[in-house]
Amino acid sequence: MDFSVLTEHAGEIGSGFLMTLWTWIGGVALALAAGLVIAVIQLSAGPWIRGALRCYIEVIRATPFLVQLFLLYYGGPSFGLSLSPMAAGLIGLGLYGSVYFAEIFRTGFTSIPQGQIEAAQMLGLTSRQIVCRVQIPQMLVLILPALVNFTTILGKETPVLSIITVPELTFVLTGVGAETFAYVETLLALCVGYFILAELCSRLGQWLERRASLYLTQGVRTPRTLKPQETAA
Amino acid sequence: MSVLPLTKNGHEVMLEARGMSKRFGEHTVLRDISLSIQRSEVVCLIGPSGSGKSTLLRSLAFLEAYDDGEVFVEGELLGYDRAQGGRRVISRPARLREVRRNMGMVFQQFNLWPHMSVAENVMEALIRGRRLSRAKARKLALETLEKVGLVDKADAWPNRLSGGQQQRVAIARSLAMSPAIMLFDEPTSALDPELVGEVLQVMKHLAEEGMTMVVVTHEMGFAAQVADRVVFLDGGQIVEQGAPAKLFREPSSPRLAQFLKNYLERNSLFDDRPAANGTCL
Ligand SMILES: Nc1ncnc2c1ncn2[C@@H]1O[C@H](COP(=O)(O)OP(=O)(O)O)[C@@H](O)[C@H]1O
Ligand SMILES: [Mg+2]
Repeated sequence: MDFSVLTEHAGEIGSGFLMTLWTWIGGVALALAAGLVIAVIQLSAGPWIRGALRCYIEVIRATPFLVQLFLLYYGGPSFGLSLSPMAAGLIGLGLYGSVYFAEIFRTGFTSIPQGQIEAAQMLGLTSRQIVCRVQIPQMLVLILPALVNFTTILGKETPVLSIITVPELTFVLTGVGAETFAYVETLLALCVGYFILAELCSRLGQWLERRASLYLTQGVRTPRTLKPQETAA
Repeated sequence: MSVLPLTKNGHEVMLEARGMSKRFGEHTVLRDISLSIQRSEVVCLIGPSGSGKSTLLRSLAFLEAYDDGEVFVEGELLGYDRAQGGRRVISRPARLREVRRNMGMVFQQFNLWPHMSVAENVMEALIRGRRLSRAKARKLALETLEKVGLVDKADAWPNRLSGGQQQRVAIARSLAMSPAIMLFDEPTSALDPELVGEVLQVMKHLAEEGMTMVVVTHEMGFAAQVADRVVFLDGGQIVEQGAPAKLFREPSSPRLAQFLKNYLERNSLFDDRPAANGTCL
């Protein structure tokens, strides 16, 4: 085997790696935001909207990401939606991931006792304040492992973007492989690249989980309030 | 309080239900409830388990949407807006918050927020709802905690406190919003017996200060001492109501008589009467 092809194409491979990282982060951010919105709407909306969202979730879950991406990128123009490969890739990842994140958030929301929410309502907090101040801070600790887990899974879906010519790691390395016939070397390099990304993600997740559980078990955090003597002054 | 004439207008009547009903599916839980609570009145709701006490209290706060009838809070219709053509629609959240702005509620399970310290629990609504600065909210929180005897626990976490202390924090959290009416749903039922007293003591103080209170309770001693009026609920209906002395000494309905007899039997240390069926162990 001859790994010199990799060093010869180091520049391209590096930018492919960064592109993968970027699409991953962008896709996860979109999916998290959309997922949270879906979960919140599911909690509060009427039966019609809830039903529509349920359908959306089922359709996305029941179809392969590759097919969704094709439909978005190649089918989009027939619906007046022409997207660049990058935009289609990000939106595709966002849509695909949103339903899984929505389910995770929904589990989180239902884990907070209804009584805490009623207490907040009786104190005049708005539903938005209740979500942001009462529900999310508590449920985050519970759902973080699931969020990190699906973030890793979504990262492993990013190679699909190569099929619509997004110049990410898989696109670059398979290109190099085809050009130089160094198939094995480039595929091994791919494995290493995704391993590094997954490892980064899991480290970050572990760190966050530690922080979050300390936050709830109240080891690190003293309440962010003034000391009694400060207010007495 | 009960000597005042019952004025239906002005601000004497703080909370009123008129012909209110509530169903869960096919099951009618409250039937035609009419109840009027005046300023500074303390009303205790008693009745067997499942008689609809919680549902009534929750309907008075619109935590349950009642079906028929009306609930008025200081003269304002709670939970519904009159729409065109006499129909009514559920109020928008902002309107609901407005109508119940002077209402506080204390729950059996305390319902403190475990991720906030005691002081933060009390400060939260002051900061978000009343728009006080952190420093002002903190000051008011400490003053209110002082009232329930827990100012030294301000920076503790709720789950490090005893049940009685948690419930007092919950009362302080409600009280800090300076409500005009406080609703209590079995505030001492989740407590170990030796912790019941401290919570009842706080509630007694509130009553003495003239707070309007509706209390669902199994503490007949509290009802006898503190209530201006006791309302006996059974099968989703108000069966009997009146001053505690009268109601407890000479109940006029057999259902209340039975309820009180059961209560006394459960709560007497030594049964000085022979068992009804004559058997002894
Ligand atoms: N959310 C609900 N859904 C269906 N039935 C309910 C609900 N809440 C209460 N009930 C029923 O209403 C009746 C009265 O309950 P509740 O008001 O809790 O009684 P109490 O507080 O006097 O014990 C009971 O038969 C109970 O099963
Ligand atoms: Mg009850």
